[in-house]
Amino acid sequence: MKIFAVGPIDIGAIAGLQFNLQFMLNHIKVSSESAPEANIFDFSMAELGEMAKRLRRHVITMTATAGSGHPGGSLSAADIITALYFKAMHHNPQNPQWPDRDRFILSKGHAAPILYAALAEGGYFPVEELATLRKLDSRLQGHTDRNLTPGVEMSAGSLGMGLSFGIGVALAARLDSRDYRTYVLLSDGECDEGQTWEAALSAAHFKLDNLTAIVDYNKIQLSGWTRDIMNLEPFNQKWQAFGWHTTEIDGHDFNQILAALQEARNTKNKPTVIIAHTVKGKGVSFMENNVKFHGTAPTTEEAQRALKELE
Amino acid sequence: MPTEASTREIYGKTLVELGKQNPSIIVLDADLSPSTMTHFFAREFPDRFFDCGLEEQNMIGIAAGLAAAGKIVFASTFAIFASCRCFDQLRMCLSQMGLNVKIVATHGGITVGEDGTSHQAVEDLALYCALPGFTVIVPADAIETAEAVRLAAATYGPFYIRLSRPKTPLVYQENYHFTLGKAVTMRQGKDVTIIAMGIMVAKALEAADILAKQGMDCRVINMPTVKPLDEEAIVKAASETGAIVMAEEHLAQGGLGSRVAQVVARERPVLMEFVNLRDKYALSGKPDELLQRYGLTAKDIEEAVRAVIKRAQGSL
Repeated sequence: MKIFAVGPIDIGAIAGLQFNLQFMLNHIKVSSESAPEANIFDFSMAELGEMAKRLRRHVITMTATAGSGHPGGSLSAADIITALYFKAMHHNPQNPQWPDRDRFILSKGHAAPILYAALAEGGYFPVEELATLRKLDSRLQGHTDRNLTPGVEMSAGSLGMGLSFGIGVALAARLDSRDYRTYVLLSDGECDEGQTWEAALSAAHFKLDNLTAIVDYNKIQLSGWTRDIMNLEPFNQKWQAFGWHTTEIDGHDFNQILAALQEARNTKNKPTVIIAHTVKGKGVSFMENNVKFHGTAPTTEEAQRALKELE
Repeated sequence: MPTEASTREIYGKTLVELGKQNPSIIVLDADLSPSTMTHFFAREFPDRFFDCGLEEQNMIGIAAGLAAAGKIVFASTFAIFASCRCFDQLRMCLSQMGLNVKIVATHGGITVGEDGTSHQAVEDLALYCALPGFTVIVPADAIETAEAVRLAAATYGPFYIRLSRPKTPLVYQENYHFTLGKAVTMRQGKDVTIIAMGIMVAKALEAADILAKQGMDCRVINMPTVKPLDEEAIVKAASETGAIVMAEEHLAQGGLGSRVAQVVARERPVLMEFVNLRDKYALSGKPDELLQRYGLTAKDIEEAVRAVIKRAQGSL
């Protein structure tokens, strides 16, 4: 059994680290009057695009090195997570417990690789550590673990729990008169879970306008197309009927992602769901819309092809 | 002084007392607040009370989110829904994340009574004790309940406290002080030890009184902390009395009896008898009728004591 991917992939990761440092020095917004907690990431559209590509490369390298994992749903969420961590959210990797930070809750815990990649590139932990994904003694578990990984807000992996957790976090903000926002990223598949709809009902009941759900609607779940396994449509109408403000976007278009996040901030008295139409495996031709890559890592050869496409 | 009191009523009142002392205390319920008695808190602190409706799974997730943001969260519903209905959420959100949430469940055991099989939580301790990091407490009376609730609020980590629907006989005085993880010797004795929890403590004392008249000297231990166990008290009882009878309002598997037997087998093997619900669900009936029908009376404990002493003598 082949456990480790070797050669160009590992070298690529190290080269990526050096590039990363220079990239950060060039693009971190540091203003002298801002508190140490203030948002330090304010990327341009071009920089966001570049970063999303970097994160996708990490996903390929990490899962190939681990020999297992969920690349498809990580790649579909790459642009959403990039927009949040490098533009929209207030957070500070130097102070992961800053009480006023915006919270990002990855409910679809199997997309851990893309979150780890964003956290590492953001500076929560060293980029080299990404190579330890799923290995014994690693802080980067197969699914997220809030007690192990700096910057991870919630342990996830059993689906359907993140929106409930997000409600608790958002209620706490209201109780403490803090104006942080809570973002929960859901998969389309986990909208099969009854708890997601319990949470949908109660978030609207509690009028949580500081809570934004984003559905990574990549249309594929583990064993096939969602429309065949468990149809979600009419999806938008379901959320509306539950009392949510809804908006539908192309989840790979930064302008649309950022506009929808702004729309959520402007919406009062109800939570907002952003239904982000995405492509599973986005960015790698042979992984796009390929159900195989929901829960299968690319082989070394596939990874090399994928990295070439993501240059 | 009254001879019995409601554990859930004292829970509701203790929550109000804690709410006054600590603004971080938040209470959740799942549409049962008049029964779990969290309605006292809801009335006093409406901004810090959230009714989650009949969404137990969602309630646990919300509790976890609040706790992750620094709150001390009490979440209540009936024991049956607080265990079986949301076990994955307890596992993921509270045990694995180790968050500061206190599940205080009322209507535990068969003494919920007439509502019948579906409402009788008799496997809840097995489920909660299986979860790493959880502290599991079954108070013997209202006085111990108030103490346990205060202690849970003051101690970081996930807790499960199981209370009853009917009033429970008082076995303690007002000045009782509960120590987490410590058993309480209610009565000294040298022939056999009865280890009980919850409503079975009063019955164990009753049985010990009767047996004393027949010349059998029973030690009675109340073991309110089902997890972590007071292993020292168990080993001492095994060494000094040579036989143990367990008494609990729970199925045979995974409850206090199973847990104590594991310690006895490892540290100091002695013969044991088990007074519990065996491997069978109960039906509808009045609490006392059910306790009698399903073998959870002082008389059942007496018989178990006689049996274990007889077996111990036979094995000499």
